Amino acid sequence: MILYTLRRLILLIPMLIGLTMIVFAIARLLPGDPVALAAGPNATPDVIESVRQEFGLDKSLPQQYWAYVTGLVQGDWGVSIFTRRPVFEDIMTFLPATLELVAAAMLIAIVLGIPLGLAAAVYRNGVVDYLTRTVALGGIAMPRFFLGLLLQLMFVSWLDILPLSGRFPLIEIPPEGPTGIYTIDSIVAGDWYSLTIALQHLALPAFAMSLSPLATIMRMMRASTIEVLQQDFVMTERALGISNTKILFKYVLKNAMTSTLTVIGLYVSWLLGGTVLVETVFDWPGLGLYATQAILSQDFMPVIGVTLVIAMIYLVTMLIVDLLYGVFNPRVRYT
Amino acid sequence: MTLLDIKNLNLSMRSFEGETQILHGIDLKVERGEIWGMVGETGSGKSLTGLSVSRLIPPATGRYLAGSIEFEGRDVLKAGEKEMRALRGRKIGMIFQDPTTNLNPVFRIGTQLVDVALHAGHADPTVLGLEPGASSRDLKKAAKRVAVEMLDKVGIPKAAERIHDYPHQFSGGMRQRVLIAMAMIGKPDLLIADEPTTALDVSVQAQILKLIHDLVAERNIGVLMITHNLGVVAQICSHVAVMYRGRILERGLVTDVLKKPSHVYTQALLNSIPTAHTKRGELRGLGGVMPEVQ
Repeated sequence: MILYTLRRLILLIPMLIGLTMIVFAIARLLPGDPVALAAGPNATPDVIESVRQEFGLDKSLPQQYWAYVTGLVQGDWGVSIFTRRPVFEDIMTFLPATLELVAAAMLIAIVLGIPLGLAAAVYRNGVVDYLTRTVALGGIAMPRFFLGLLLQLMFVSWLDILPLSGRFPLIEIPPEGPTGIYTIDSIVAGDWYSLTIALQHLALPAFAMSLSPLATIMRMMRASTIEVLQQDFVMTERALGISNTKILFKYVLKNAMTSTLTVIGLYVSWLLGGTVLVETVFDWPGLGLYATQAILSQDFMPVIGVTLVIAMIYLVTMLIVDLLYGVFNPRVRYT
Repeated sequence: MTLLDIKNLNLSMRSFEGETQILHGIDLKVERGEIWGMVGETGSGKSLTGLSVSRLIPPATGRYLAGSIEFEGRDVLKAGEKEMRALRGRKIGMIFQDPTTNLNPVFRIGTQLVDVALHAGHADPTVLGLEPGASSRDLKKAAKRVAVEMLDKVGIPKAAERIHDYPHQFSGGMRQRVLIAMAMIGKPDLLIADEPTTALDVSVQAQILKLIHDLVAERNIGVLMITHNLGVVAQICSHVAVMYRGRILERGLVTDVLKKPSHVYTQALLNSIPTAHTKRGELRGLGGVMPEVQ
């Protein structure tokens, strides 16, 4: 198991190199001249040329790539033409917000989805089953940004119990901490006032994001539980007097988790890449907003940086999912 | 007291197309020390009779029209679910057909054995060699010890180590031994074995049958062996009941029934077994069809 983990970690390196190449190539092949855009409409050819040199865009592509990769390793991810700040710093500012949002959404989806899916399978065609089926249909069919708008309408305009948008009110000082994730930082600091504010801001965007994974996890869990319940070993366990509770929560649950795990892993990365709509609706200062801005101003470095970070998180998530398979299913245990 | 006394059992099964009566007045008595073979074609109602004894047919699909199943004098058809659970795994052990699908693939066999032992121990601590009213910590310790002992008894080498293995690390025959250990760990008085050797190859079949036979002889318990293999009946059963379309056509001592079958159906069944002298292309089947339930 340890050997397998190590091997998988080493395999990450060539994957990352390939990834940087692809991302770099795509960004350079895009039409349009970012230098002209950055220098402004009234710039003389001389100014444009000096800006081009400043960004190193006058060199050949392999040279640019090499400079980029060596920089990456040293934490120099280039400079954003738009914000004029190092990309690495920008990403470190925006990443925690996105991670917080995605983690909260996945937490809601998992904590609600697994028990509801189990219940729907056990009480098939009962109240819970119909209820979750309806929620699932809505959750999959409704676009996230539209759901976000509906939530704002309901909880902000009508009920007026939650803030409209943003991550933290401008007049308050956000909690300081090592992670940059406000909820965790305020818990670490024991600052319950900040935690309440952070959670209030997090609630709507996280819920808007969670509905689609929640729907899928619920349905997946239901389907696999029903399948497992029909297996022969469930009959044996029943015939030998094991209680229904134990059969369901111990023997069936672990079997049913395997396929749900795949969905969870896929959704983490899918949400990471797709935060932009929700972040826009809720004005959430995350990677999605940052990336959109960069794309609109043809700003290479942030686009590459964000893509790289999301891809890296994707690779790590998939590795974790693969390792968890072994925990849930001994037949795929690796050596 | 009679161990198992099935009287006039009538069962119907529901499906989308309606209700079909499957069992028509089954009568059967099983005493301690007797090994009853129930033979018949697929669909004749043997398995449903076996499942009925542990009342494992969901009420939504099966309905008992008449009759009773008395286990040690108590009618299980009238018992509550809690009472039934106390019988299952403790007083009544069950073994099913396919050892590859009847063990939970993602749990160690030790976990599965210990859970059954614990359940039986809760119902009656003496099963695990403890005084009545033993603490749950003692029960757990004893359950683990008994699990290893039982595994050793059914012939798994290095039982203390193998208990930590997963089902896929065992061969088919070994898995069936594990399932027998699970069925017998609660020291049941009645064992229901539903085609325990059908999925195994012939050489392993004989070993498994011998194992069941020895355990039964040692503990003097009653057995209901459901099979469609008359060879199995001839090898280990003391009595046999022949079923056809939900009825028992003929019953009695194995020696009598197999040597001098009185019912035409039994004669046809015996004749359909191919022997070394059967000519090519001369296989004899049985006519008629089973009632449909789908």
